[in-house]
Amino acid sequence: MTQPISITLTVNEQEYTREVEPRMLLSDFLRHELGLTGTHVGCEHGVCGACTILFDGESMRSCLIFAVQADGHAITTVEGLAKDKDNLHPLQQSFWEAHGLQCGYCTPGILMSMIPFLKQNPDPTEEEIRHALSGNLCRCTGYQHIVDAVKLASEKMK
Amino acid sequence: MKPAPFEYHAPVSLEQALELKAQSGEDAKLLAGGQSLVPAMNFRVVQPGVLIDLNRVSELSYIREEKKAIRVGAMARERHLEFDPVIEKRAPLLHEAVPFIAHPQIRNRGTIGGSLVHADPAAELPVLMLALNARMKAKNISRERWIEAKDFFVGMFTTALEPDEILVEIEIPFMPPRAGWSFMEVAPRAGDYALMGVAAQVTLDEAGKCKEARLVYLNAGEGPLEAREATQLLEGEPPNDILIEETAALASEKEINPFGNVHASAEFQRHLAKVLTKRTLQQAIQRAGELQ
Repeated sequence: MTQPISITLTVNEQEYTREVEPRMLLSDFLRHELGLTGTHVGCEHGVCGACTILFDGESMRSCLIFAVQADGHAITTVEGLAKDKDNLHPLQQSFWEAHGLQCGYCTPGILMSMIPFLKQNPDPTEEEIRHALSGNLCRCTGYQHIVDAVKLASEKMK
Repeated sequence: MKPAPFEYHAPVSLEQALELKAQSGEDAKLLAGGQSLVPAMNFRVVQPGVLIDLNRVSELSYIREEKKAIRVGAMARERHLEFDPVIEKRAPLLHEAVPFIAHPQIRNRGTIGGSLVHADPAAELPVLMLALNARMKAKNISRERWIEAKDFFVGMFTTALEPDEILVEIEIPFMPPRAGWSFMEVAPRAGDYALMGVAAQVTLDEAGKCKEARLVYLNAGEGPLEAREATQLLEGEPPNDILIEETAALASEKEINPFGNVHASAEFQRHLAKVLTKRTLQQAIQRAGELQ
């Protein structure tokens, strides 16, 4: 059964059915099959965090999951955060206002890690934010403005 | 960097999984959380011909409190261990150490069984199972057997499992009365592989003497490494700072066997082991005393 397998899954509340080869990573499926290129691919071995998505509401590395494993599950990607083009999610708005990105490559993964973090810990300290960011690598910012953005988001989302 | 092609199966029961494993033999790999296997497949270091995905075998995902032990299904996610009230109460050493495993994004997917079978000498869970005297239940299509943690880890990335066996359950004894625990590790960044780590559990007797002490190290040899000679210095004695110092010295200088790597020389790893042994023993003994 290296042949394509039919899967049906929900991505950002929309249902998709596609034929996929079992070895296709979920990250590549989202980008190449669904055209959702907001999920970025960095290291492809679970270290950088750029491909982080929500799998049934929990943050996970989409480069360490095969697309066939998402059959019947609900995925949220960074495209699922903003209501529409003019209304960013408060977490995205905070990254905009606090200059929480430079090149932006790591940003989608960071946003998708911070959504469940802020849900679990709505009023985090700076130390807790830094700890929560440790699974996402950023090579531009030195993290200071990312920490500021997450702090700002926690205030906006209260 | 994409995995080589493989034949994919997603059984929904343990029986189906065991049959598939028996049929496909050594060419088949079991996929649990995939947080170590999938990176290895992405690098094509591992190229299994058949992949048996256990993620739909829901009967392997549970944490149960029995009379004297916790039973954990091999597919229980690390994130479930982290927040489970039974584990917090009955195996506080495990509860304390799970947050040191990688990041939440990894723990949300990674499983206890996957980590134990992978048997990475730098991983936390094998060390904890050895420190906690856990045992593992292995099954093949016709029989099941229990394997003690000390016999389960046989070397670098190697366990005592046979090719047709699946690790199905882990049994963790309750922490004994008058016991204290501590887990500490040093990593360059939170969630990175630790340069050195120590799990300690100390049980006192009614007179306050050390009845049993366990010290198990990660990244200190070919697998989780227990310092048995060192803890014998403590056993039968009332713990004090001089004994703790001697125990830490013996364990870090004689018993562990760190290889050193690009981040830390073997000598520095031994230094870390000595400092962490002292700190974990002090904390474990203090906690054992408080609970008396």
